[in-house]
Parts: sequence; structure tokens; C-alpha cells
Amino acid sequence: MSVMQKIMETVVHYMPDKAPDPLIGEKHGYVGKSLSRVDGQLKVQGKATFTAEFKFDDLAYAALVYSTINKGKITKIDATEAEKSAGFIAIITHENAPKMKAPKTYTPGSGDSSAAASELKVFQDASVNWNGQPIAVVVAETQDQAEAAALKVRVEYEEDEAEVSFEKLKPEAVQPPNIMGEPAEVNIGDAEDKLENAEFKVDNIYRTPRYNHNAIEPHSTIAVWDEAEENLTIFDATQFVYGVRDTLAGMFSMKGEQVRVLAPFVGGGFGGKGTMWDNTVLCAAAAKIVKRPVKLALSREGIFRIIGGRTVSEQRVALGTDKSGKFTSLIHTGITQTTPHNNFPEQFTFPARHLYAAENFHLEQKIVNLDTVANTFMRAPGESIGTFALESAIDELSYELNIDPIELRKTNEPEKDPTKDTEFSHRAVVEAFKRGAEKFGWKRQEPRSQRDGKWLIGQGVAMAYYPYYRMPASARVRISADGNAVVQAATHEMGMGTATVQLQHAAERLGLSIEKVVFEYGDSDLPQSALAGGSNQTVSNVAAVTAAAEKLLEEFLAIAGDDYDSPLAGLKYDDVEMRDGGIFSKEDASKGETYESILKRVKQDYVEAEADAASPMEMMKYSMQSFGAQFCEVRVNEESGEVRISRWLGSFDCGKILNPKTAVSQFRGGIIMGIGMALTEETLFDDRTGRIMNPSLAEYHVPVNLDIPKIEVIYNDIPDEHAPLGAHGIGEIGITGAAAAIANAVYNASGKRIRELPITLDKLL
Amino acid sequence: MKNFTYQRAETAESAINLIGQNAGAKFLGGGTNLVDLMRENIEQPDALVDVTRLSKEISETENGGIRIGAAVKNTTLANNEIVREKFPVLSQAILFGASGQIRNMATVGGNILQRTRCYYFYDDAAKCNKREPNSGCDAIGGFNRIHAILGTSESCIATHPSDMCVALTALDAKVLVEGADGKREIAFNDFHKLPENTPNIETNLKDDELITAIEIPKNDFAKNSLYRKVRDRASYAFALVSVAAVLEVENDAVKNVRIALGGVAHKPWRATEAENFLSGKEASEENYRKAAEAELKDAKGFGHNDFKIELAKRTIVSVLNELAGGKNQ
Repeated sequence: MSVMQKIMETVVHYMPDKAPDPLIGEKHGYVGKSLSRVDGQLKVQGKATFTAEFKFDDLAYAALVYSTINKGKITKIDATEAEKSAGFIAIITHENAPKMKAPKTYTPGSGDSSAAASELKVFQDASVNWNGQPIAVVVAETQDQAEAAALKVRVEYEEDEAEVSFEKLKPEAVQPPNIMGEPAEVNIGDAEDKLENAEFKVDNIYRTPRYNHNAIEPHSTIAVWDEAEENLTIFDATQFVYGVRDTLAGMFSMKGEQVRVLAPFVGGGFGGKGTMWDNTVLCAAAAKIVKRPVKLALSREGIFRIIGGRTVSEQRVALGTDKSGKFTSLIHTGITQTTPHNNFPEQFTFPARHLYAAENFHLEQKIVNLDTVANTFMRAPGESIGTFALESAIDELSYELNIDPIELRKTNEPEKDPTKDTEFSHRAVVEAFKRGAEKFGWKRQEPRSQRDGKWLIGQGVAMAYYPYYRMPASARVRISADGNAVVQAATHEMGMGTATVQLQHAAERLGLSIEKVVFEYGDSDLPQSALAGGSNQTVSNVAAVTAAAEKLLEEFLAIAGDDYDSPLAGLKYDDVEMRDGGIFSKEDASKGETYESILKRVKQDYVEAEADAASPMEMMKYSMQSFGAQFCEVRVNEESGEVRISRWLGSFDCGKILNPKTAVSQFRGGIIMGIGMALTEETLFDDRTGRIMNPSLAEYHVPVNLDIPKIEVIYNDIPDEHAPLGAHGIGEIGITGAAAAIANAVYNASGKRIRELPITLDKLL
Repeated sequence: MKNFTYQRAETAESAINLIGQNAGAKFLGGGTNLVDLMRENIEQPDALVDVTRLSKEISETENGGIRIGAAVKNTTLANNEIVREKFPVLSQAILFGASGQIRNMATVGGNILQRTRCYYFYDDAAKCNKREPNSGCDAIGGFNRIHAILGTSESCIATHPSDMCVALTALDAKVLVEGADGKREIAFNDFHKLPENTPNIETNLKDDELITAIEIPKNDFAKNSLYRKVRDRASYAFALVSVAAVLEVENDAVKNVRIALGGVAHKPWRATEAENFLSGKEASEENYRKAAEAELKDAKGFGHNDFKIELAKRTIVSVLNELAGGKNQ
């Protein structure tokens, strides 16, 4: 942590809290209601236009050529045959690509919204940095022609020695300078010594494999330059329109305003579309060369080759307790993999920094750099793999102590943040466990004591955990003389329900009926918002819209006037509220005026306000997190080792739930992704060649319907009064704890402890 | 994908004529594997001859067996009443394969000729003797968890991915083929080849020969049959190990037994060692285990797939136990 950060935190610590949002207690408004998603009809009818579906008369199509070596130089690109191929328009390589500066990687708090995944220059020299790197773009009249021509490009290389083996480099792992601004190592007391002398202890190594992104919508871009090549319009499947805008502007030496990025609908992101990858800039470069709009839609294989995924990890968790089960020592250390051209260690030790009271801590992360595509965020990066190790270890320890694992967690429930020594803004995880245990019918049985024929049955439980993030964001609100409102923010709808929930909030905030409000998003010409990541988007936008609505109210009061003929005469900002389609006195229900009436009276077409959200001071003052309890029942086939999940219940503590319908869907989606992570998914990275060997949905096994049981979801719905609307983001927490719950249940069923994901049947034979 | 011409044959004769005119031509069934391979650039035919208009008939033969036209869709075959009654193992095997959509497209002839799912076969940046003879085999020493344990060679350790074929092998089926030189029958077990040093040659079918039908001979005991598929997810994954078995027990002794394994070899693996061991012996778990041991005695793992040896044994025992218990579902 920087000195400045430390000073800020100290200052913030003594600042008074902002008054809780009055809408938190509102029971009859739109917020908290199960509204169906506003884009649902469009999507099921195929009328929602996704990036690759935008039409242009003159559209040309691009296909990529990928390197087949790890590292070295391209010595020759022979396009003779490709050029003869039907429909061929152009080939773009490092030899003829436009000049582009090195991209800036995503660095929150840097004041620059650039968000490249890697700092490598794109097509500016002959170097090859990973197996699968794009090395040429072939543009043709149709997609098929582009792909056919790309196959005919012949490439020769001069190979260099590459480092691609995690196992080999592990002994040389080093601490990264920081992990998302936090120190790579935290020590309190002497954890190793206390472990040595603990009454009960566990000390084990857990391993997680590489995982790849497989959102249903492949990464796609359409790039359109204006005639003077001064302005660039990009349709892009992205989680961060401003990030793409500023990264491209930087690379092409343009001003941010000269680039417009549109992403009206995104077919799933999960972090894989959070940073900008080479495909987007290559599409823009190709369009510049061929002087036509160009579409570049990645194939499924292309996603595996040029979009990074979740790092491999090797983690040690050691826990020591006194006789009563209180942690005397908590050690969580390990190694992940990044590359020489990016910096993303995956914060797997973060859960252990906040989850349990312990007298002594040793938390440390190290990295090795390999010559691969940049690793990146994947749903709950860090927390997902970190909770697998930590929550497995706690389960193991509970058997050592012979106590219920929920009881063990309760014994170690901290009163304050154990490593930051700050208050929790909100923490009702014990309640979540209690309610979950009741609903699930939790009762820990002896391992290997339940069976149904060949199927051994067991139950497992684990804690889910995800931090609260809120990021700077702005919004614009306009109310017109017809009483309708437009709310705008450059935010993102990737299927989570953003458009729906933001509409619910805006309508309630403005006191308008929901039919009168339109929410516009997915366009970098709108007021700047944060990336859709870190489960921050909902509260970040809510805070921005709140600020804009407050400013709008001031503007309305200013134009409404204080004359005797104004129904609002004598009312000051603090005396009024926005409700029933206008501005009304808090004291006197009859006193007030609708927006329509005000605007007509003063003969104005509309009032508009744009504002930035208040800074997220709450994050500095408090330790803010969401929690959950994941319960599952598994069946392990004693003969074949096959694991099937038969029951699931997630009980969450994530502040106020803004829309139960979309929220439950998010929790479920996370749990399903966690089931995949635990049982079926694994990137087969051949460390002889640095090449991914299963770049397809046939051999990269995401779970199928039959793998997923009915998933019950319950939640505390206790607002966090320090957060906008009392809410916490919920996009990621569902995946956390899921793999541990499964591993714990597998142990309970079979008596076998699997510490390496995925839990495939061969590990249980 | 490379450009190709497309022609549709209305008769077996015209199909054979069309294929004879073009050395780079291939027959096209449902396309559920061939078209994938063309998209992956692994198969690059110049011409396709669509044979899905040929025989779609499933009929009983004079001697009590059944004949299945090569263009019969997998779904149709799986749902056929005679098959479900007399050869349930075949219906089960098909329904364990692929997805509903794929089974609706895939033909019987195409299913038999589907190609391996070896990762290195699918990646043209890798060495693969099957794709490019004498280039080497990256699966040996690479990711070989899904690979063969029986009948492998130094050239190739790929498996045949079909479920249906495992059942057909156990049922002593015959493949009826027709070529420029006339018609012939090939016993199912002789149809697919082991890799030896020519893994690029996968069957005993000649270049111009067309599969016209499958025949399953009369068999009164196949009613008691079972297909068990062990895989990495509950659906839509290829078998790590599968077992198709037919069992008839009389007076506690094995009277008739047929066993075939999938996911373990370059071809559907007829477990003749196990069958010979069991024939006439007491129908007991101990004997099933001994039979499985006998069948797998020459099995060889390549690291990641070592577990398949034990898994195959256990699955054989499990299936026979279940069949001896009289349950076939």
C-alpha cells in the first residue's frame, strides 16, 4: 500500500458516514421487485443485435492466422496462395500494419481508462511471444473466403527458447510488486511457529488448473473509419466501452472523443471481455488498411488462442488451532502464473485476509512468468480458486477436531477485519449459514456412511466470499416536458440484468412510473462508467444515477421558481422528494408539482443533469464484503469414480437484493460455473509446446444440463447501510466456495480428499 | 474450409460411380463429423457425394436378424422397436452418444466411419501419424488421458470414438459394402483396423467402397444386454471407457456372453479373451473379474490414461453383475 493510500484511509476512518440512502427502507417501490428483464423479449425473439450482427453494405470480413511456435521471430510470411484465393482483399502483418503505439494495460486508479490485456505491441515487429499469437489478418469479401485464404498463408519462423513450464519455473517464483494495490505478503505474528505448536492442524497443497473463457458469444468486433480516417466507430463485444475507447485512442494516437465504442448487448463476459485483446485493435487496423468496415469475429479456437483465461495455481493452506478450535495460525501461500507482458497475479490469498479471526497470519503470493497469452480475470479471479483451497482446508480441519464445519467457522468469526483492523460495514454470514443449514437440512454424517447402491452419497459446505467494489462512474438524467425520462451511462448489459435493475432504480429514484423511463447504455459517447467487473457495476451506476438525480432536482427547483404561483414556493432542496412524477414536499403530501407541469409552466422542453458519483469512501473506511454458504450433496460412483451433484443450496449475504429474479439467476450462473470449475473444466496446456490442446467446446468440458441439479438460492436481504441502495454486487460470489463445497462433499461421500481440480473420476478410482 | 463440389446420389450404384470419378471425393452422411473435420481443415475433400438418400430401411432378415440401411439416422435406429426389444444394448449405446440434435442428423454409415477425437489429430500444428503419415505422435508423452490402452502402436494411441460401434461389435454385426468390384460383407470386428504403423488407414473398406447396410444376426439372448458408458460429464462427452455386453446364464453358468469395449482402442474392442474365459464357467463376480483381468492383461497405459486399465476391468465386472442379476436397464 502506498503512503498516500495509508494517509487517505486514516483520514477517511474519522470521517462521518454519509446518511444511509432513504430508498434502502422503501418497501413499495420498484427496487427489490422481481421484474422480468427488459431485454428478455428482444433476446428470445432474436431481435437484440449483438456485435457481429450489425450490418454494413460494404462490410469486409477478417480471419486471423495464429503462430504455431512459442517464441521467436517471423522470418517470412508467404501470402502468394492466399492472395489468389477467392474474395481475397488484403493481408495485414507486421510488415504493413499501421503504426500503433504499445497499448496500456488496465491499471485502476491511474486516471487512464486504457485497458489492454497485455502491453505487447501489436503487429509492429516480427516477434512471437506465445503459441497462438495472431500474426496475420486476412480480409476477404465473406467470412468463409477470409478463413479459406488465411489457411493458405505460409509462415516461417526462427525459434527462440521459451519458458512454458509452470512446474519447471516454480522454484524461481517471486513476489509480484503488489496485488491489485495490496501487498503480496501479509504477516501478523509468527504463523509458522504457532502452526508447529498447534493442538490441531492441517497443512496441505491444493492445485487448480488453467481455465479458459467460454462465453456463449465469441469475441467480435466491427470497425468503421470515417473517410478522413479521423474518427473510428467500433462495435465490440466488451465489458468496458471506455476501456476499449481509450486503449484504441492511445494506440492510434487519437483523442478519446475520436473513438466511439458501442456494445449494446454482450453475450456473456465473465472477465474475458474486461480488457481489450488483440482482435479488437487488429480489426480497426484492418479496416484502416482496406478502407472499408471490417468484421472480425473470433472462432471458438481463436478465443482459446488469443484470449487469456484463469491462471494455474499451486496453493498451500495450513491451519493451526487451540483446543477449542480457535485459529492460532492461518497460512495461505502459493504461486500463480502471469507473463512478461502483463501483471495479474490472481488474488487468491484475499479471502484469507478477511474471512477468519486468527492470532497469526502468513499470507503470501508469488508468480512465475511464462511465455503464454496474458492471463486475465475470470469470474471471481482469486476468490474462486482461493476459496477452493481455504474452504477445503477448513473442512479437513473440522474432521481433525471432530466438530461440525459450520461450527468451526463460527468459532473463528471475526469481529473486525482480521488483517486490516477496520470495522465490517456489514457481515451476517453466520445468519446465512444458519438459514442455509436449516433449508438444506444440514447434518454432517460420517464419511462413507451413506449410499444408494453403487453410489456413495455425501454433503459438503463451504463459505462463499467476494469483496464489495464500487468504482468511479457518472450518469446523465433528462426529464422532458412529456414527463418521460432518459437515463444514460456508458455501462454494460452482458446478460446480468443491468438494464433492468438500473431502470428499476432510476424510476424509483426519480419518482416516475417505470414505463416513463428509458435507460441507455453500452455506448462510449454516454457518460463514463466503470468496466463491468469486480461485481461493481450495479452500485457504481446506482451511485452515479443518484448523484445525477440529486443535481436534476436542484435544477428543477431552480427553474420552478420561488414565486407565489409556484406550487413549490418556499420549499428547499431538503424539504422535497422526487415521487409521483414530480417534486413533492416531504411533510405535506399535497404540496408539490409534477415534472410535466413545471416544464410546461416555465416553457422548457427538458431539464438535464450529469454528475459523477460520490467517491467510494465507504470502501476505505470499512472492510466491505459479501458472503455466502454453499451447500451441496454429491453422489460418487464407487466403481467408476464418476461424481454427480444431486442437490445444491446457496445462501447468500449480499446486502439488499434489488431484483430477486435476476439476482437468483446470477447466483445460479455462478454456481454452475463453479460446478464446471470443480468437476469438468480444464485447459489442456501442453508444456512441451506451450499450446492449448482442447480449444473447443467438444473437449473443453463445460457442464451440460444433465450435470446441474436444481439449485436453490436464498439470501439474507439485509441492506448494508454504507452502500448505495444497501446493495452489494452479486455477479461473482456464486462461483466462490462452490468447488470447495463439492470437494468437501466428495470427501464426505467417498472418504477421499481431492486437492487438485478438476475432480475427475480417475482421481477417485 | 476448402472449396468442394457437392453431389447427391440417388442409388448406391451412382454413389459408387461418382466417387470413382474423383480421387479426392468422400461420401457424406449426416456430416456431423466430416463437416466438423472440414471446418477444422483436417479433412479437405474436393468433392462430397451425399448418400443420405440411400437406404433408410430397417427390416427383419429371413433368418431372424435385422438389416439396417446405412442412411438410417441414429435416432431412428435407437428408437426402432425391434432393436429396443431384441438388441437393447444397441439402442442404449446410440442414446448415450452425442446429443439429440446430432443423433437426428448422424447416419449409421457415418457413425461407423467417424474419426478419432485425439487432440493432436485435431491440431494441424501437432505431429500426428494419422493425419500426416510418418510425422510422429505427440499424444505419446502428451495429453493422453482419453487415449487407447489396447492394441496401440508406436505410431498411434488414438481411440475410435463411436458408442454404436461398440454395441455392434458385441452383437456380431456385419458391414455390407458395395464397390466397383461388387458387394461383400465384412465382420464388424474386422472392419476397423488397429493402428500398427499405418494409423492413417482406419478400416478395411476400399477407397471406392460404400457401406450400404449393417446386418445383425439372429440372437435370442441379446435381450439381456447392457451398455455402460463412463465419461467426464453426464452427457455430451466421449467414453473414457464403455462396455457393451450380452449375457445368458443357465443353471448359474455362463451360456452365452459377448463383450466389447469402447474408448480403449483404435477400434471397438471385442473382448474375446474375457468371453472365452467365461464361457461355461460359473456366473460369479470372481469369474467376471478374472475374465476382465485376462482381457486387459496386455493393456498398456501412457501416463494420463493408466487409470483406464482398472476402470475397464471394473466396468466389465459391473455390467456383467448387473446382467446376471437379470436387470437390463
